[in-house]
Amino acid sequence: MQNGNNENLGWADKPVIRQRIRYVLYVVCGLLVVADFIVHRHVYMPLEKIPAFYALYGFAALVGVVVLAKLLRKVVGKDEDYYERRDGNDE
Amino acid sequence: MSDGMEMMSNLHPFLPFLIAAILAAFTRGWLRSVIMLAAPVFGGYQVMQAVPGTLVYLQVLDLELTIYRVDELSLLFGYLFHLGAFICILFALHLKDTLQHVAGLLYAGSAIGAVFAGDLFTLFVFWELLGLTSAFLIWASRDERSFHAGLRYLLFQVLSGVLLLGGALWIWFSTGDITFNEIGLDSGASWLIFMAFGIKCGFPLLHNWITDSYPTSTPTGTVFLCAFTTKAAIYAMARGFPGTEILIYIGVFMACYPIFFAVIENDLRKVLAYSMINQLGFMVVGIGIGSALALNGAVGHAFNDVLFKGLLFMSMGAVLYVTGRTKASDLGGLYRSMPITTTLCIIGALTISAFPLFSSFVSKSMVMSALLEEGYWGVWMAMLFASAGVLEHAGIKIPYFAFFAHDAGIKAKEPPVNMLLAMGIAAILCVAIGVYPTMLYSILPYDAPYSPYDMTHVLTQMQLLAFAILGVVFLHRSGRYPDEIPSVNLDAEWFYRRMFPAIFRGVKVVINVSLELLGDAMRITLGYILDKLARHHGPNGILARTWPTGSMALWVMVLLGLYMILYYVK
Repeated sequence: MQNGNNENLGWADKPVIRQRIRYVLYVVCGLLVVADFIVHRHVYMPLEKIPAFYALYGFAALVGVVVLAKLLRKVVGKDEDYYERRDGNDE
Repeated sequence: MSDGMEMMSNLHPFLPFLIAAILAAFTRGWLRSVIMLAAPVFGGYQVMQAVPGTLVYLQVLDLELTIYRVDELSLLFGYLFHLGAFICILFALHLKDTLQHVAGLLYAGSAIGAVFAGDLFTLFVFWELLGLTSAFLIWASRDERSFHAGLRYLLFQVLSGVLLLGGALWIWFSTGDITFNEIGLDSGASWLIFMAFGIKCGFPLLHNWITDSYPTSTPTGTVFLCAFTTKAAIYAMARGFPGTEILIYIGVFMACYPIFFAVIENDLRKVLAYSMINQLGFMVVGIGIGSALALNGAVGHAFNDVLFKGLLFMSMGAVLYVTGRTKASDLGGLYRSMPITTTLCIIGALTISAFPLFSSFVSKSMVMSALLEEGYWGVWMAMLFASAGVLEHAGIKIPYFAFFAHDAGIKAKEPPVNMLLAMGIAAILCVAIGVYPTMLYSILPYDAPYSPYDMTHVLTQMQLLAFAILGVVFLHRSGRYPDEIPSVNLDAEWFYRRMFPAIFRGVKVVINVSLELLGDAMRITLGYILDKLARHHGPNGILARTWPTGSMALWVMVLLGLYMILYYVK
């Protein structure tokens, strides 16, 4: 069924292409972790000594940002016309 | 100081823009285009010829103003602003709007005037011109929303100007020396100037003039706005307050705080406005560290930021120009109809994320390295966190929601060729500086050799970015990625757009009620007083009786007697 729709989809919308892009990403990530054990990198602070520290931190930071942002949205998210609506009432 | 030939090369750099603005007001068509593009080309050529150490004075009454000062720091921003002005003008060339053309030219010229100002009063003049001329770029949208946003924007600009003038006058009265060099935070006057610069740098809680107004300007106006005001402020901060430690903590807050708002913001130009404060945070941290490497990183990043943030704002401006939309929830699928714009936007996104071989990598890593060298580990961790946040909101969200995501079914085509050219130049420079960092390093003002492309830098940065992307994929596939929904997220502007007006309204009610109560009280009191007066002074009152002349003489004698006694006692 999905294949039937593919005729109208652009290249970036095709599930096959999306899957391939993901696979490339997984391979790159894997190689970068392997490289961490082969290449000797300079270490300035203790935390950096953790193997693949930057990889772990990058993943955790991104997930952390999004999770916190979703919480923030609950606090500060309002209707799109929040300011305009009230501005109108003041006149 | 200057004679004959040198006078020519010391033409004040504001003049080409002023003259072009006047001519642009009376010309149209290709002639105006040529005049407008000539201003940054001619001015840029002049600045290339300028010799560090040049000073041009202007005597105003008793005051000797240094209206033009050339040194390595002002030269870097001089090159940058001419380059930026050329790209911005090219991007806006298809417009027929005289207001935007004139305002844009004067605005770019003011920024250039500000970085070549050698004293605080000259700086103040251009500082105010920056605010005033740019406000017209916001009002040029000519709708109610931009009108109000422009007023709020101008309020902040004027406040910054007033603080700068106050500080400058204070310094002038107390020392008599108004040369603009390192100021340092050691007096009330210096705090005034620090806050004046801070407002235009987008200090925390004073930053909403950026996020409030930039999304309301025209598609081309925002590109001008993002290039000049905040970068002129970074220049001023770098000159006035290098190594001021508090800036490190202000900067780290600026780098982290906006990323959460950028993640949930729906208006993509507002996402970029938040993203800009985040990038300014990196520069402010660099200035706060104050080492030669950190300062080079700060001003070098300002240089790159004009190009890559300009490129991103241009790509969103192009989308807005073609489709009339900038909200993530209304966009998507444009990569098929706008492939060139998509590619250029992705180059901007890769650059701001600081991938190796793109310009941001070679400047941001200077600040990050300086943090490690100076042992600011906590700050370094926070800035690394902010770097991952940049990748999310500017590196992925901007191109993904505008050009990919779900196909919004918009009929679109590529923007006019001048827009594509402007974006193309910026994109080429983003890559060129990334590949040949010497291009940038050779014009940096401080002496700090640095090599960004060693194994450690490249590997760690790639790990950070690749796994951050993996994080996005993980969130997306597990359905945890936040949807783009039409909404407005309240930030510190809520205080002056809602709370203060509400307080004022409250106070007004209280005052009205009090006045009414007071009125009643006064009526009652007055009635009582009148009653009493009537009793004593009325026709039958005790004081209304006729007095015998004798009693008058008696009272005079008593007074004189008292006077005599007092006189002798003394």
